[in-house]
Amino acid sequence: MSNLTAQAEGKPKDWVPKGDLQKVVTPEQMFFELPREKLFITGSEAAREAIRRANVDVAISYPITPQSETMQQAGYLYDDGYIKEYYRGEEEIGVMSAMSGASRAGVRCLTATAGPGLMRGLEAISSWPGARVPLVLLDMCRVINTPLAIQPDNIEMSFLLNTGLLVLHAENQQDFYDYPLAAFMVSEEVDVTLPAVVSTDGFFVTHARGPVEIPSEEYKLPPRDGWRSAVPAMDNENPPARLSRDAPIQKSNFISYHMHASWQQEVFAAVERSAKYFRKYLNGLVEVINPGAEDFIIASGSAVSQAREAVRQEGENGRTVGLVKVKCLRPFPKAEIIEAVKDAKRILIPEFNQAGWMQKEVCSVLYGRSKAIISDGPRVFGGMTMPTEMILEWLEEARKRTP
Amino acid sequence: MSLETLRPSPALKEFLPIEYKDLVEHGPYGKNKKVSDMGQFKEVLEEHPMCAGCAMTLFIRLMFIGLPCPEHTVMVGTAGCGRLAISQASVPFIYGNYGDTNAVASGLKRGLELRFPNQPKDVVVACGDGGLVDIGFQGLMHSWFRHEKFTTIMLDNEVYGNTGGQESGMTNQGKVLKMAPRGKKDEKMDVIGLAKVAKLDYIARVVPTNPARVARTVRRAVLVAREFGSTYVQAYTSCNIEYSIPTPDVMKDAFEVENERYGFEEIISDRAKAYLQEIEKKDKKAKK
Ligand SMILES: Cc1ncc(C[n+]2csc(CCOP(=O)(O)OP(=O)(O)O)c2C)c(N)n1
Ligand code: SF4
Repeated sequence: MSNLTAQAEGKPKDWVPKGDLQKVVTPEQMFFELPREKLFITGSEAAREAIRRANVDVAISYPITPQSETMQQAGYLYDDGYIKEYYRGEEEIGVMSAMSGASRAGVRCLTATAGPGLMRGLEAISSWPGARVPLVLLDMCRVINTPLAIQPDNIEMSFLLNTGLLVLHAENQQDFYDYPLAAFMVSEEVDVTLPAVVSTDGFFVTHARGPVEIPSEEYKLPPRDGWRSAVPAMDNENPPARLSRDAPIQKSNFISYHMHASWQQEVFAAVERSAKYFRKYLNGLVEVINPGAEDFIIASGSAVSQAREAVRQEGENGRTVGLVKVKCLRPFPKAEIIEAVKDAKRILIPEFNQAGWMQKEVCSVLYGRSKAIISDGPRVFGGMTMPTEMILEWLEEARKRTP
Repeated sequence: MSLETLRPSPALKEFLPIEYKDLVEHGPYGKNKKVSDMGQFKEVLEEHPMCAGCAMTLFIRLMFIGLPCPEHTVMVGTAGCGRLAISQASVPFIYGNYGDTNAVASGLKRGLELRFPNQPKDVVVACGDGGLVDIGFQGLMHSWFRHEKFTTIMLDNEVYGNTGGQESGMTNQGKVLKMAPRGKKDEKMDVIGLAKVAKLDYIARVVPTNPARVARTVRRAVLVAREFGSTYVQAYTSCNIEYSIPTPDVMKDAFEVENERYGFEEIISDRAKAYLQEIEKKDKKAKK
């Protein structure tokens, strides 16, 4: 049943979509049990390998650097029959809207974008959670401010945090393989039924090579089951009710206010309910190095890699520095962070953006729950890299201030 | 709800909503109902909160009667007056963001084709002129040039009704409306012309003066979209509030506008013509 138009588009009569030859395995088998081979590939290639195994029904693309390569690769995967339907949309509002249509049909769908594309699509994207559409958006971060540029900078992620989306932040190529697969599975859990975004820092991850361990391409995840969902698919296969699923709560009266409020509450409750699945599939919402340390770094994305190196160098000099890698931003791992830094005296939050959204998140969680002094940085943005020395300098500075 | 894909077990039938049972037993589910049967069958739209006398509601009611297969149809709408009625029909209604209809419908239709390869699922966009041709222009055009297999119906009241009477791309030149204090500078957009350029297989312009013709037009548009690709129906559905048409004169206005500048027109491709002839021949035979 795959690839409905394949023959019309030139595939031979006996063409078999490669996806049909893959064997469906459980998420547990895919994530933890199947033997893995180690490759040295770019983040975009890692994403391609994830998509190949994700049993995607519909992929909708639109080019933007540094994302284009991934959705081009998705096109080749479609051509090979790993994806059943694929097209280049008109632009991002159109793509993000079409994604909501495809997901409402009850099929698994995927797209990817970056910086300005995310901003352009944001009206549609921020309406996804309320529409309860499971889907995955890969977000390869780049600057959004004028002057227009393609450099890495993840300020765009701050716009995703208060919409009801599930948001993961991949540190490296391995994460950019693992997280999209986990995101599909969690977004489709009945008690979640929400869209998920997997962000990563453009170029640093997408265009650089790193080690990635993956199972054989003979396997794929189970398909989306359109009947299994918190809300019925828009397929007209349910007895009709004169209140549609996209509730017409547009009249100004108490009932509609109340409905809208409870609708939002339910979306954000579903975000919290997803934590148990992410804990399972990602081996925890955080990774903690050197628990109990007095100096701690809390970071997500590429900043984690830079922080790891700082922790290593400090270790060589006999100083123990702790690190919390935040894998999942929504749901935010509040309890995990409070527990991890309970003995900390100093906390640094290195970020690849000017706004310091992670610093604000952490401060709001730790306020009144930690005696640590939380530094307002270090931060780089506009495409700059963060040298390890910068983190070390900030650490030294923090120690001077609070001996 | 389908009668084939998911078949309610007879033992559970009594627990199904009365609404559903009525639609099957006394309504258009599984059989075609005609405009001339109105008043004698359960319609998918039975009430609405729109302005008294609004011609758009008349059109919407007839549009629902025209659907060839309401039990397998999904409606896509957007902000605007029409959605107030469309969302109350017993056909699933997608209500996304303003102007997103044709992009949403593109994704939806492709997804439904994958999930139900053996059961046609009709997707019908019905929304205002502003929603389609101003804010939704890009999505509208691209869905047409991609020949997405769904029907677009423009509820053309030549104004932004829902936000209180501003000019739209479909307003006539010179008309004084909100945001056009000196009268609209430019001409009404020729969307029928654009549909021709996009080579749609079925294009129609209609005024709800002849109810049976409205239903037939919608039916044809949906059938052709199912088979070949995008189809377009542009319906004059006056806004009696913003154009100050006294309620008793709404139909008089419709006849006048139809005579002056909104005459019924159908532009059908050869393959669509042949296809429709085939179906309509069968329909006639079945009636006999
Ligand atoms: C992004 C966005 N911009 C503007 C609006 C405001 N808005 C809602 S309905 C509407 C006008 C609807 O006019 P039209 O589409 O012609 O339909 P009508 O109400 O006339 O049937 C507008 C401008 C919105 N909801 N969303
Ligand atoms: S404002 Fe105009 S188009 Fe809208 S419901 Fe009232 S009469 Fe109809």
